[in-house]
Amino acid sequence: MQWEVVIGLETHTQLQTKSKQFSGASTTYGAEPNTQACEVSIALPGVLPVLNKEAVECAIKFGLAIEAEMAPRSVFSRKNYFYPDLPKGYQISQFELPVVGKGKITIQVPATKNTEAYEKVINITRAHLEEDAGKSVHGAVEGMSGIDLNRAGTPLLEIVTEPDMRSAAEAVAYAKKLHELVQWIGICDGNMQEGSFRCDVNVSVRPKGSDKLGTRREIKNLNSFKFMQQAIEYETQWQIETLEDGGTIQQATVLFNPDTGETRAMRSKEEANDYRYFPDPDLLPLEVTEADKARVRAQMPELPQALQARLVSEYQLSSYDASTLTASRSQADYFVAVVHAGADPKQAANWVMGALSAKLNAEEKSIVDSPVSAAQLAALLKRIADNTISNNAAKQVFEGLWAGEGEVDAIIEAKGLKQVSDTGAIEAIINEVLAANQAMVDEYKAGKEKAFNALVGQCMKASKGKANPAQVNELLKAKLG
Amino acid sequence: MINSSLKQLGQQLASKQVSSVELTQAYLQRMAQLNPTINAYVTIDEDKTLAQAKVADARIAAGEFGPLTGIPLAQKDIFCAKGWRTTCSSKMLETFISPYDAHVISQFDAAGAVNLGKTNMDEFAMGSSNETSYFGGVKNPWDVDRVPGGSSGGSAAAVAARLCAAATGTDTGGSIRQPASLCGFTGLKPTYGLVSRYGMIAFASSLDQAGPMAKSAEDCALMLNVMAGFDERDSTSVNREKEDYTRGLANMTGAQPLKGLRIGLPKEYFAEGLSADVAQVIETAIAEYKKLGAEIVEVSLPNNNLSIPVYYVLAPAEASSNLSRFDGVRYGHRAAEYNDLMEMYMKSRAEGFGAEVKRRILIGTYVLSAGYYDAYYLKAQQIRRLIAQDFVEAFKHCDVIMGPAAPSTAFKAGEKTSDPVAMYLEDLYTIAVNLAGLPGMSIPAGFAASSEGKALPVGLQIIGNYFDEARMLEIGHAYQQVTDWHTRMPEGI
Repeated sequence: MQWEVVIGLETHTQLQTKSKQFSGASTTYGAEPNTQACEVSIALPGVLPVLNKEAVECAIKFGLAIEAEMAPRSVFSRKNYFYPDLPKGYQISQFELPVVGKGKITIQVPATKNTEAYEKVINITRAHLEEDAGKSVHGAVEGMSGIDLNRAGTPLLEIVTEPDMRSAAEAVAYAKKLHELVQWIGICDGNMQEGSFRCDVNVSVRPKGSDKLGTRREIKNLNSFKFMQQAIEYETQWQIETLEDGGTIQQATVLFNPDTGETRAMRSKEEANDYRYFPDPDLLPLEVTEADKARVRAQMPELPQALQARLVSEYQLSSYDASTLTASRSQADYFVAVVHAGADPKQAANWVMGALSAKLNAEEKSIVDSPVSAAQLAALLKRIADNTISNNAAKQVFEGLWAGEGEVDAIIEAKGLKQVSDTGAIEAIINEVLAANQAMVDEYKAGKEKAFNALVGQCMKASKGKANPAQVNELLKAKLG
Repeated sequence: MINSSLKQLGQQLASKQVSSVELTQAYLQRMAQLNPTINAYVTIDEDKTLAQAKVADARIAAGEFGPLTGIPLAQKDIFCAKGWRTTCSSKMLETFISPYDAHVISQFDAAGAVNLGKTNMDEFAMGSSNETSYFGGVKNPWDVDRVPGGSSGGSAAAVAARLCAAATGTDTGGSIRQPASLCGFTGLKPTYGLVSRYGMIAFASSLDQAGPMAKSAEDCALMLNVMAGFDERDSTSVNREKEDYTRGLANMTGAQPLKGLRIGLPKEYFAEGLSADVAQVIETAIAEYKKLGAEIVEVSLPNNNLSIPVYYVLAPAEASSNLSRFDGVRYGHRAAEYNDLMEMYMKSRAEGFGAEVKRRILIGTYVLSAGYYDAYYLKAQQIRRLIAQDFVEAFKHCDVIMGPAAPSTAFKAGEKTSDPVAMYLEDLYTIAVNLAGLPGMSIPAGFAASSEGKALPVGLQIIGNYFDEARMLEIGHAYQQVTDWHTRMPEGI
């Protein structure tokens, strides 16, 4: 039988706000336990939540970015359950009426050995605001569990897709696209290791052609794209084998073990949890007006799709280049800055995607931390364009910029990389070379084209690489008549 | 001195006839003498109290004071007060020392008032007789065999027995007005949202509202001036301009100060369930209002009979969630021995909560459960809107609504403890007001004789439209200009 996998994602994105979802406590990661837990975070008797407006703006930004329906009025509800890291005994979330409704995200699924690259639209069901729980810390004190409430109350936007994905590759492409988008619009730092972007993946399989969904299992808390790919592939295979062996799938929450590459159902005696959702009487319904949306829209950066289109139409870049450059906002910003500083767009694209990207990768640096600024790269490209330096020399200047040796012209000067374009000076060099290499001249005259290239090489060598190669060519040809 | 009004006390303090320390000591002495009997206070800390009195005296000496500076008040133990044990009269919080101040507490601090101590209450404000308190019941100063009402029973007894100049209370279904009726003083539950709930331990968030409990309407007005006001830490706090609730009181003189006032009498308030002696007192009070110029219209609140069942779905639902934070993890009672997390939760909560609190947590958990939510919680919310709509209709025909605050006078301790439903009926005339979010107050309107021949107070309830507190206080004040019920003190305690 042919099987089809059906995948939906729920992603918790931690919003980049200064303070928590419902209190003024700081959200900075990595502080000493419980130092960022105010009376509201600890849920002292009598405290009340106050909605963080910044978090609401983040949600609106996301809604606008995916062209989602946004209800004029959404409601915060309490999700009731007991857990030591949940100080109130309930999580404030949104249940029946989320702030962001249906929207769409277009993904690019890359080519593989057997398939071509393609685009696909993933439907977003909803995105809602909620607060994070704290953390249980085991082993800090012998024989006891500790509770760190620094994270308790941190604002999250949970983004839920329709079960639209049909392969691990599609799921990963979606997750990457979402990861890029939330950073692009500045609502999430995207740090997966610190848990700022956490994906839960719902996986089910069904006979190909069936329109009925199979029973799903949810893979929790995947913190890298690689693990996501592995986990989905393993889980899909496991479900298919289980069904082919005559077994059934039980709805379950599973964890992925990166060491074994396997997924395993979480040990639990739980019956289905009854969270007893009800509207939180401490919070008024959240109203989002057209004016709010307009105000937020005005603060938003150009979205990746729009910028991509503009790079093609305005700068005549190929759509491949445009899509690569807009893979992240920081890279796109950098590229645009290089062009705005006067560089040729095609040249700029080649350098950003080529030398700069390679160097950043080699040194595991992000483009925002690039030692070579956009202005410096633009200055360098200008010196290539105006023939001050050759392409080869430019690579040396780039290294100099990277190493912090100064500005472009100073490095050219210091390294003596300036191209010699003075006809007289080049002629003098040519004359010397011709005089010293009569044998080659004879060979050329006898019809050996190779000898010409050798003579050019000798000229370049004599100029220590600084002579303008095009000029050398031209003048040499004239001399040899 | 102990029977003086807040205004009189303020004048004596301002003119330095008496210092705040002297006044405070007088109350502390009276508390030392009477509290062992009355059990109005659960926490008294003389050092803290006197330190505040000294600060108040310094402010008065420096000329930086307001109407309540130096005045000793009692605070219901539902308000978190920094450095004070704050228990909600529960074993769960028996040792909890609050590290922060409730909005109400910091407002009184800023006004320079002195905190005499924390008053007894029904556990987590769940009760109508103060008998669910972990710290024992409170005696009604008019008859120590009887209850003071609840849940603000400690504050009620403290005001009635003159163990404070005035007190704070909270009212979720009648917890200020019913004890005010049973103990014979003036108590006001403001419009929902007028007083910030920040730092007030939540029972039912959509119904809880703090308010003043004092001898007279004028005292309540002075208290409300301090308590009311927008607080951004409470999202349900209403952002409106501060007003002076005493502003119209001086106009309540002359022959007919209430001329043109339309008083609505809901026929449902004078039906089955109301005891004859209370009805008699209310009718006499209404007659007094006619003399003050008011006209009487009959109105109807047809859904009032649904208010108790609706309340006992919604309030426990909210409470079951609000009280989840008392889990023994971070503060509060934790069982001494347990084998795992689940057992720690179960034993800590089983030991920390009393029977009525558990009953309501169970009811609340049940009505929110999957499969029951629509039938109970959602239905109750719908009826709640109908109940509020009843008042909207009624206020088309009248300016205020009057009736009894409680169906009978104070009952005997233990009389209703075994019958929760009989206890719930105590709030028959008050609960709808909370469900609608309206302001309501109870003023002393006379006495009815108990079976032993003791005089027991009866309260007249005045229900106003939203944010009509100033007018209601005028109406109460006008009555108190021509009657002296509010100045009567229990004797022989």
